[in-house]
Amino acid sequence: MELLTLTPAQKKSRRGRNIALGVVLFGLVVAFYVVTLVKFSNGMVQ
Amino acid sequence: MTVIDNHEAIGSEGAVRLSEATARDFFELLKPRVMSLVVFTALAGMVMAPGHIHPVIGFIAILCIAVGAGASGALNMWYDADIDAVMTRTASRPIPAGKILPGEALAFGLTLSAFSVCILGVVVNWLSAGLLAFTIFFYAVIYTIWLKRSTPQNIVIGGAAGAFPPMIGWAAVTGGVSVESIVLFLITFLWTPPHFWALALFKMRDYGAVGVPMMPNVCGEAVTKTQIVIYAVLTAIIGVVPTALGFASTVYGVFAAVLGLIFIWYSLGVHRMPEGDARMLPAKKLFAFSILYLFAIFSALMIDHLVATLWLAAGKAV
Repeated sequence: MELLTLTPAQKKSRRGRNIALGVVLFGLVVAFYVVTLVKFSNGMVQ
Repeated sequence: MTVIDNHEAIGSEGAVRLSEATARDFFELLKPRVMSLVVFTALAGMVMAPGHIHPVIGFIAILCIAVGAGASGALNMWYDADIDAVMTRTASRPIPAGKILPGEALAFGLTLSAFSVCILGVVVNWLSAGLLAFTIFFYAVIYTIWLKRSTPQNIVIGGAAGAFPPMIGWAAVTGGVSVESIVLFLITFLWTPPHFWALALFKMRDYGAVGVPMMPNVCGEAVTKTQIVIYAVLTAIIGVVPTALGFASTVYGVFAAVLGLIFIWYSLGVHRMPEGDARMLPAKKLFAFSILYLFAIFSALMIDHLVATLWLAAGKAV
């Protein structure tokens, strides 16, 4: 099997994209969690 | 994540392209400066709207509107990559600069569009989500794909896309559309032509080189300058309508009237500018002031509304 070797620039940009994607996904998880709490608490109040 | 694309391979068959695009390049696709204006006007719509929205839900609404606006920017950059590469103002954008492939930008824009609309619908309400979806469609398809390259009235009609955010913000709180939110829409809608035509005047050669029929290239400088004055007057008038309709105070009305008069004064400066002026200083001044004008008008509307709310609350407490 032939393998590709990434240049340092490609590795750096891939790492940056991975971190950004991770931050976005984590943010979405937190947002959905908090929104669920808010919606539930509003429902209880009503 | 290593983006490998063998469709755009250069050289022999089977060659692959390893992306060096950074997260910042993808962020640039979202047109952050336009996004900041969208966030600001959407926030104004939310603040002005009668009723209450939970801060968390309000934050999610603003985030979705911002991402939706960014997604339409990415779709715009995908479609306009050919002309962006020629114009000095846009040549360094991620696609013409070779950092991101057009296909990547398209996928990025479509994904963010779908996510922003769906999340806004599920978390806030489906009217605001529908308006956001329409805004993205209007900017990407009606303006970018259809109008931009076919008529000098492109930014007059296309300006509607940039004017929808306060209406979406309003709909997020109230679940409806009302006269007040239409007035907020009209402020940005009527402001867009003088703002963009001022830019088009001093970037005329750029637009001419790529065949985009902007008003100065097609109808000439004189017609453009007259149109700028007409729209500046209309913008100044619509700026004071919130007071006339009773949803802003007289203090705001006076402030908006003064700003409107300055806006007209700058537009008259452009009108007096000699034909073929190389420096186009009055046009540059009008362009800079137009940005300040919009921020000032929406800031004033928000402050005015907050002061009125606090005043009312203090009155009740007494």
